[in-house]
Amino acid sequence: MTAFILRRSLQSVLVLFIMSLIVFAGVNLIGDPVDMLINPEADQAEIDRVIKDLGLDRPVTEQYWFFLVNAFQGDLGKSFVFGEPALKLIVQRMPATFELALFSLSIAVVFGIPLGVYAGLKPESKVSKTIMAGSILGFSMPTFWVGIILIMFFSVNLGWLPSTGRGDVATVFGITSSVFTLDGLSHIFLPAFNLALFKLSSVIRLARAGTREIILQDYIKFARAKGLSERRVINVHLLKNILIPIVTIIGLEFGSLIAFSTVTETVFAWPGMGKLIIEAIYNLDRPIIVAYLMIIVLIFVTLNLIVDITYSLLDPRVRIKGES
Amino acid sequence: MRMLRLFTVGMAAMLISANAMAAELRVGLKSEPSSIDPHYHNLGPNNAFATQIFSSLVGSDENQQHYPDLAVSWEPINDTTWEFKLRKGVKWHDGSDFTADDVIFTVERAQNVPNSPSSFVTYLKGKTFEKIDSHTIHIKTEKPYPLMPNDMTTVKIISAKAGTGASTEDYNSGKATIGTGPYKFVEWVPGDRIILEANPNYHGDMAAFDKVTFKPIKAGPARISALLAGDVDFIDNVPPLDVARLKKDSSLEISSGSSNRVIYLHMDQFRENSPHITAKDGSQIKNPLMDVRVRKAISHAINRDAIVARVMEGIATPAGQLLPAGFHGVSENMKPLKYDPELSKKLLAEAGYADGFKMTIHGPNDRYINDAKVAEALAQMFNRIGIEASVETMTKAVYFKRASRGGPNDSPEFSFMLLGWGAGSGEASSPLKALLHTFDKSKGLGAANRGRHSDPRVDEIIQKALATVDSDARGKLLAEATEIAVGENFGVIPVHYQQNTWASKKGYKYTPRTDERTIVMDLKAQ
Repeated sequence: MTAFILRRSLQSVLVLFIMSLIVFAGVNLIGDPVDMLINPEADQAEIDRVIKDLGLDRPVTEQYWFFLVNAFQGDLGKSFVFGEPALKLIVQRMPATFELALFSLSIAVVFGIPLGVYAGLKPESKVSKTIMAGSILGFSMPTFWVGIILIMFFSVNLGWLPSTGRGDVATVFGITSSVFTLDGLSHIFLPAFNLALFKLSSVIRLARAGTREIILQDYIKFARAKGLSERRVINVHLLKNILIPIVTIIGLEFGSLIAFSTVTETVFAWPGMGKLIIEAIYNLDRPIIVAYLMIIVLIFVTLNLIVDITYSLLDPRVRIKGES
Repeated sequence: MRMLRLFTVGMAAMLISANAMAAELRVGLKSEPSSIDPHYHNLGPNNAFATQIFSSLVGSDENQQHYPDLAVSWEPINDTTWEFKLRKGVKWHDGSDFTADDVIFTVERAQNVPNSPSSFVTYLKGKTFEKIDSHTIHIKTEKPYPLMPNDMTTVKIISAKAGTGASTEDYNSGKATIGTGPYKFVEWVPGDRIILEANPNYHGDMAAFDKVTFKPIKAGPARISALLAGDVDFIDNVPPLDVARLKKDSSLEISSGSSNRVIYLHMDQFRENSPHITAKDGSQIKNPLMDVRVRKAISHAINRDAIVARVMEGIATPAGQLLPAGFHGVSENMKPLKYDPELSKKLLAEAGYADGFKMTIHGPNDRYINDAKVAEALAQMFNRIGIEASVETMTKAVYFKRASRGGPNDSPEFSFMLLGWGAGSGEASSPLKALLHTFDKSKGLGAANRGRHSDPRVDEIIQKALATVDSDARGKLLAEATEIAVGENFGVIPVHYQQNTWASKKGYKYTPRTDERTIVMDLKAQ
């Protein structure tokens, strides 16, 4: 196990390095941040001063070298726009994004698994067909549009939930989050549901497919023949076995929930990392773009590792293979 | 019956509390400032926001007309010296007194903010500030400098006591954010909210709201739905497409007004072979845009009324020069050029381009209101006079670099460009100096002259105007320069003036500002 983790960590460092090269080259190929930052009335001398101050007059290779040297000391550069360390700005907004992603993931799991299992157990019922049709819609509707529709319906027409921003926060057990207050919950519900919709659909479909497959297995028949209650058959024998693909997907999807929360955060003006990166891209705030992508890569790499480990705990066959 | 009475009392109580709540305002802003430090980033959203917390020597009202703010009077006492008399009895938010020392401190700091991505040096360089007594300042320049009051509207005065040794972070956190403005800073959570509260000791008109919360909501539809849902009371930058629909909503108040921003066309006038212009068969031709008749033909080919009515949904004004009427230095003789495609064809034939030519119009697609659609409409109009125009638009982050320095030796890359210019100083000298004066790096003139239009006559008048302190005489010179550069030379072609739209809950109305700023002092209860 130790060797496995060590090997994976080394691979991760390599991935990070290659990623930094690609990202750095990518952001330096397009446009010029100076034109986004400077007042149009500034004269040529002031434009030159800003170019020099931001280090943009140096060759890209030299800029990359500085970036690498500083990155090893934990400094990912200062934001061009805010003049503050990029890492600090991203970390500041991280809790809001994590909270949103975790809340959406809970929605996806809490509603997705029971609905999927039900649809798998009773594939011909009308309810199941409705669930499956709904999941297709969840897959195919664009997040931006669904977000606006949710706002129009629940905030503008019904006036039940707020349409924008994050609510009050409270600290419980050292964790500061908006889900601990009523105001916070009312604010998080719509964006989280919007973000969860896609994942919810995939969890439903995975759970259904797993159920359909496993329900026919011999050990389920045997459990039933043994006279176990249907509840025990489903909760223990079935659920445990359909969880493996779901855990894999949830792990990977959590990364993408964080990475792709940008759209939802923009629609709901949620003050997270996604909104920060979108604005950084518009303004060509290179240090933030680079730092953000490095962090996202790190999150994906770490999640993959965690998934692999969880996997081996859930499925003894993987564990045995890993040890041999 | 008793229940009913209780209910009535309850309703009345709710109404009263609703009234008390009205003293709080929530604003949905399109662009969040990048800092609360008034000298860190010289850019629209920051400068607008800072006006609510800080004051400047000279105020700038909704039409960019000057009024006394921290200075009660200003006048040139000789050719190179301006005297500013400061207002007495002004208190900083921390209770201390405002004096000339604060101004001297401000001038020093505003030019030396570390990491500033766009500084106030632009407005302060070449000026020497001198304290005469506790409430008098002299500002000296080497040459006569008429734009002194304009420049003094831009720099926000900070407290020397609170600002000594303070960094940009100290302003963002509120530690050093001590101003003399109508609102005091409470807190900023970047990306989430900025909160201000009324300053009871303000020297001007009292703040209308006890507390103001600004929420940055970048996406247009989201900003509108936040207003409709009642999550905010007031929003800026209403997309033109939604204006007509919102106007029908009786619970809202919409205000639109002309801005100081002209949308115009820059044309390559410095290359014999322009990179994006060819004959119709694709062969190289001499750059037709060098010929004033071709530029005039292009201007006559533009149906400005149609662009305003169809593309801009009526939320714009056809333009005949660089600034709308009412601004200092605009010409009274220049109306939007008549739409006359027949005349255009004749002019093209006279210039030797009877068969037309092929060209690409370049423009941004996320900088000005409906920018890409305007470019497409223009291309269609040019096709009608025989110029085979195609359109290429791109994001502003890519566009402006290529338009300014994308070609060899940092020259402009494009041949025909759609651009916009907002006159920050509220005077025609701003666009004339930047867009139409010969590109001259050493003098800092023609900095945004991407077509490299150059006419010594125009240069001479602009430079003379920039050294004429007498306001009326300067205005005449600027009008004359505009008449030659735009009216005769067609150095740039104006298309329309942008209008900006704000929307608020019924009961409040915003006075549209020509500088496009969103400032809560201009939101009045009706």
